[in-house]
Amino acid sequence: MRLSYPASVKIIKVPCTGRVDTIHMLEAFQSGADGVCLVGCLDGDCHFIAGNIRAGKRVRYAKALLDEAGIGGERLGMYSLSASDGRKFAQVMREMTEKIRELGSSPIKK
Amino acid sequence: MTKETEMIVADRKPFDEIMKMISPYEKILLLGCNECVTVCAVGGTRETALLASQIRIRRQIEGRITDVGEKTLERQCDPEYANTLAESLNDYDVVLSLACGCGVQFVAENYPDMPILPAVNTRFMGVTEQAGIWSERCQGCGNCVLDRTRGICPVARCAKSIMNGPCGGSHGGVCEVNDTLPCAWQLIIDRLKARGELETYNEIEKPRDWSTSRDGGPRKRIREDMAL
Repeated sequence: MRLSYPASVKIIKVPCTGRVDTIHMLEAFQSGADGVCLVGCLDGDCHFIAGNIRAGKRVRYAKALLDEAGIGGERLGMYSLSASDGRKFAQVMREMTEKIRELGSSPIKK
Repeated sequence: MTKETEMIVADRKPFDEIMKMISPYEKILLLGCNECVTVCAVGGTRETALLASQIRIRRQIEGRITDVGEKTLERQCDPEYANTLAESLNDYDVVLSLACGCGVQFVAENYPDMPILPAVNTRFMGVTEQAGIWSERCQGCGNCVLDRTRGICPVARCAKSIMNGPCGGSHGGVCEVNDTLPCAWQLIIDRLKARGELETYNEIEKPRDWSTSRDGGPRKRIREDMAL
């Protein structure tokens, strides 16, 4: 589709957002990520039935843990879209990047 | 894996309280437990990893270089497992244990030179009602009457632990202490009724000997036939 999205986005592919565990979200921040987001299938469309729903619960839990740790749960997000929706993907990547830019760099001193 | 747990239920201490406890230290070993605290999702390998990550993040924000280690023992209340810790402790200045109070104390007894800190608040012995909900069932009174109350404990589930309930505070099957608490004696009566055994309710329990309970002081049980 030749749509562009910010080069600062690093993509890690997983077979389903349900594969992402809470610890992965925290470790991404530990490693210095300024923001983390999960991009999963629309509600009801999960090929593995409820992987995206489990991921959603883990994201909520991780946000609370990140608030406690002092990095802020608002740096973590989750988006739902269809796997083929390139336009929406580029849009949410731009949205997320803009949001993280406003929040500033991660408070973790590198 | 089968676990012979009477399940002790705990919850994690507030994060800031934990950070305050470990504030003097920079080499911290987080010690999880594979039994009860795993079942109630507060101190198993996963939760140990999550807490370790939170501590690392917070210390990185503070700009304080910290070495946070993670280890999970099968049980912390057992010498067979607690004894395996000796070597690991050389690299750390403090142990933050996610086990119940029994585990924390036993590790502390075995390693008196090492500060062992509790990361969780131990609450009660209970059951998993459903995923994510645990409730109290047993108080370890040492004199079980579950045969007479059809499996519902008047010590643990009645707020007053009375033996010939219900009391005057029972209303609509609910305890006067808290609207979410079912009246244990209502539950017992309902169950006796359902089994056609209501006449056993008329058998009055004599005043109970509480010395087998915590009221008699800290308890010990010895089985000489089990000694090695």
